Amino acid sequence: MSDIEAPDAEGGVVKKFMFVNRKSPHGTVYAVESLEVVLISAAFDQDVSLAFLDDGVFQIVKQQDTSGLGIKNFSPAYRALGDFEITKLYVEQEALDERGLTADDLMEIMYEDEDDDYEEKPSVRVVGRGELSKLMSEQDVLLSF
Amino acid sequence: MSTLHTVSNSPFENNAFKSCLDHVTAGDTILLIEDSVVGARKAGSFGKEIGKALANCRVCALAPDLSARGIAADTVLDGIELVDYGGFVDLAAEHERTQAWL
Repeated sequence: MSDIEAPDAEGGVVKKFMFVNRKSPHGTVYAVESLEVVLISAAFDQDVSLAFLDDGVFQIVKQQDTSGLGIKNFSPAYRALGDFEITKLYVEQEALDERGLTADDLMEIMYEDEDDDYEEKPSVRVVGRGELSKLMSEQDVLLSF
Repeated sequence: MSTLHTVSNSPFENNAFKSCLDHVTAGDTILLIEDSVVGARKAGSFGKEIGKALANCRVCALAPDLSARGIAADTVLDGIELVDYGGFVDLAAEHERTQAWL
C-alpha cells in the first residue's frame, strides 16, 4: 500500500506506447508533431518508446541545419528525451542501409541510468526489421506519424 | 496478440503499403482504406505481394472506398475480403491494437 515507488503509484495502469516515425523531418509537420506528443506522453508515466523506420530515420541524423529554410531546427530536442525518462529509440537497420546511412550518422542521444549509478547510456538502439516488427506487435498502443 | 494494419495511401504513391507488408506478423490483418484500395485490383501490379501476405495474414478492403473509385468487387484480387464500415469496426475490436501506416 505504501509502495510509492511502484510505476503505477497513482493507481493507473502502465501501458506500452510506441511512436512510429516514418517521415523525413522538415518537409511535413509529422516529425515535429510526433516529438510534441512524445514529450506530452512523458508526463503520464507510461512505457514509451520511439521507432524510426523508412524516411523517419532522417529525423535523428546529426548536423541538421534548417537555417536556409527559415524554420526552427527541433532535432536537438531528441537529446532531451532522456531527461523525461524516454530512453528507447529503436532505429531500423534496413532503413539506414537503404539510405546509405550508418549508426554513426545518428545523433548521440544518451540517458542517465538511475538503476546503474546514473551511468550515461545510449538511447538509440539499431534493430533489424524482424525485431522491430516483434517490438511493434508487443505494444498496447501504436501511434503513427 | 494480433494487429490490424490500416493503409490509406495508394501503393503507387508512396511506400506505406510496402512498409506495412514488410512489418506484418503472422495472424495480423491488413485493411485497405481510402486511396490504398486502388492497389487491390486483379490486373494491378501488387498481386504478387498481396498473394504473399495472404499466406499468413488476412487482407481486407473497405467496400465503400472501392465503389467510390469505380472498382467493382469482381475486379478485386482473389483472397481480399470486402468489408463495410461495420466490418471495419469489428476488425478494430477483434485485434489487440491498430497500426496506421500513413
